[in-house]
Amino acid sequence: MIEAIILSVITAATPLLLAALGELVAERSGVLNLGVEGMMVVGAVAAFAAAQAAGGPAGVLAGAAAGGAMALLFAALALWLATSQVATGLALTLFGLGVAGLAGESFVGLPGVKLEPIVIPLLSDIPLLGPMLFAQDVFFYLSIALVAGVAWFLFRTRAGLRLRAVGDDPAAAHAVGIGVLMTRTGAVLFGGVCAGLAGAQLTLVYTPQWIENITAGRGWIALALVVFASWRPLRLVAGAYLFGAVTIAQFHAQALGIEVPSQLLSALPYLATILVLVIIASNRRFTMINTPAALGRPFVPDR
Amino acid sequence: MKRLIACAVAMGVAGFAAPAAASEDPTKACFIYVGPVGDYGWSYQHDRGRLDVETEFGDQVETQFLESVSEGADAERAIERFARSGCNIIFTTSFGFMDATNEVAARFPDVKFEHATGYKREHPNVSTYNSKFYQGRYIIGQIAAAVSETGEAGYIASFPIPEVIRGINAFMLGAQSVNPDFQVRIVWVNSWFDPGREADAAKALIGQGVDILTQHTDSTAPMQVAAEEGIKAFGQASNMFRFGPSTQLTSIIDDWGPYYIERVGAVINGTWEQSDTWDGLLEGNVAMADYTNMPEEIAAKARETEEAIRNGTLEPFTGPINKQDGTVWLEEGQRATAEELLGLNFYIQGIDGAIPD
Repeated sequence: MIEAIILSVITAATPLLLAALGELVAERSGVLNLGVEGMMVVGAVAAFAAAQAAGGPAGVLAGAAAGGAMALLFAALALWLATSQVATGLALTLFGLGVAGLAGESFVGLPGVKLEPIVIPLLSDIPLLGPMLFAQDVFFYLSIALVAGVAWFLFRTRAGLRLRAVGDDPAAAHAVGIGVLMTRTGAVLFGGVCAGLAGAQLTLVYTPQWIENITAGRGWIALALVVFASWRPLRLVAGAYLFGAVTIAQFHAQALGIEVPSQLLSALPYLATILVLVIIASNRRFTMINTPAALGRPFVPDR
Repeated sequence: MKRLIACAVAMGVAGFAAPAAASEDPTKACFIYVGPVGDYGWSYQHDRGRLDVETEFGDQVETQFLESVSEGADAERAIERFARSGCNIIFTTSFGFMDATNEVAARFPDVKFEHATGYKREHPNVSTYNSKFYQGRYIIGQIAAAVSETGEAGYIASFPIPEVIRGINAFMLGAQSVNPDFQVRIVWVNSWFDPGREADAAKALIGQGVDILTQHTDSTAPMQVAAEEGIKAFGQASNMFRFGPSTQLTSIIDDWGPYYIERVGAVINGTWEQSDTWDGLLEGNVAMADYTNMPEEIAAKARETEEAIRNGTLEPFTGPINKQDGTVWLEEGQRATAEELLGLNFYIQGIDGAIPD
């Protein structure tokens, strides 16, 4: 039973982790993209459609591509035309939910394609840990690899330093010759691809079917997780898994007949998030160091 | 495009879903849904009813709908916009729209309002309607107890309102009529529609040893999890057979078409009057999907029960029935009144756990 619980925690946490990781990179470059939910849901419907037509792996690619396309739309408006990031992000979410509903109309009521797990030989034979960590779907492996990759990129490479510089002081970065808009576009695109993958996980692994509004607010949770993790990739893993664990634990507690009000249990993940945020916010210096200073501010290079 | 705008309204931006008008002065029937029309469950079935109205009356009617309208301040605004835009009859299809429907109805006495699953008719232009889904739940309870090997079913519940509690009680009454010791594990997901949470709840229940799943939420996710894990399950609101061809035992199907046709017809003829309708298997508002994936004798018994409920010889809520704590609720042969059933807020004997407040 422990194994079953942990497996469902992984399934619940992976889309949050993927979407939040993408947003983290975008926010590190100073762009607040509130369209995560919209990019996710479009990724979800694209993945479902491609998987129906050409199988699971095509679905994964289509999800990533669709999320990326949505992100480019956002970049064109919010970065190159310098519209308000908040308003554009919200519009992207509304647009995404609408477009996905429209595109998915004929998929409602169709059973989906479930992506087969990739079983790693030998390692998956390790008792207990093997089936949990080495017989997973591609999204789980990707999420872990991307977290490690992003952590290394942001804090150990010159390009990562540039990206953070753009997020902290775009004018200064511009002055020393860093292409602010190109850097930000790249970061936003990465965010969109990750959100698209997170959406694809929903329709290919979590619940292999298309239903409108299948994301059910997960994009917003991913946004909150970025703050929760104070823009640090490794903390994101802790946040996503804590959130996933609390979500799953409440159902097991109920099924076991433990007498705790179910509304309280439903609220637990959010209460835990608030608690951690309060603890983080109480350390002002820490918050100052990690928050991208120019987050959400449009940058127009003067010529 | 219609859908896009509807979505925008749900998120709090004003706008309208407006298919082209057909002929001169058609009657305008408008529908407000709590979920997306593509949920393949509750809202999907209401929308099927709307399409039935279009088919029946053709050019005489024009229909509109708003989907994913949340139960709260948004609902009142959405209903009011409909009323202002010239709708002749407005169907509000979720319990949580009850107060908003009555408030708007007071301001628009010439518009007819129809609220599903509620009980407040504060103005002469408000009717209520509901279906006796509990009749179906009694049948699936019987099937569950007959098919289950572990003697334990999992029940994925949404919100602790009388409608849902009535369903749980009816399910257990059916189950106890076959196996008096039958157990049910209930998980509340506090949502009508969240495929991910419903799937998680299903996995948790299966992990704890139930071998039958039933749900009072709107998505097909639990059926799919049951199919993956190789246990049996019951569909909800629509026929979910395609999501579990070797899993679904039967499904309680909502059919709102006949009622919507009758009520819209009454508006067209000018004969609409306030009413409180609570129909079930007999009238066709509730239907059972084919009895599949079970031995023939259990299916035969289910059909028998269905027929008995239809012709009135069997009423699930007939005494002797005790409340959870063992006190008597209904004496031998006594039937629960409609009011008691509509306000039901306690479990019957044999169900463990407390109802969340």
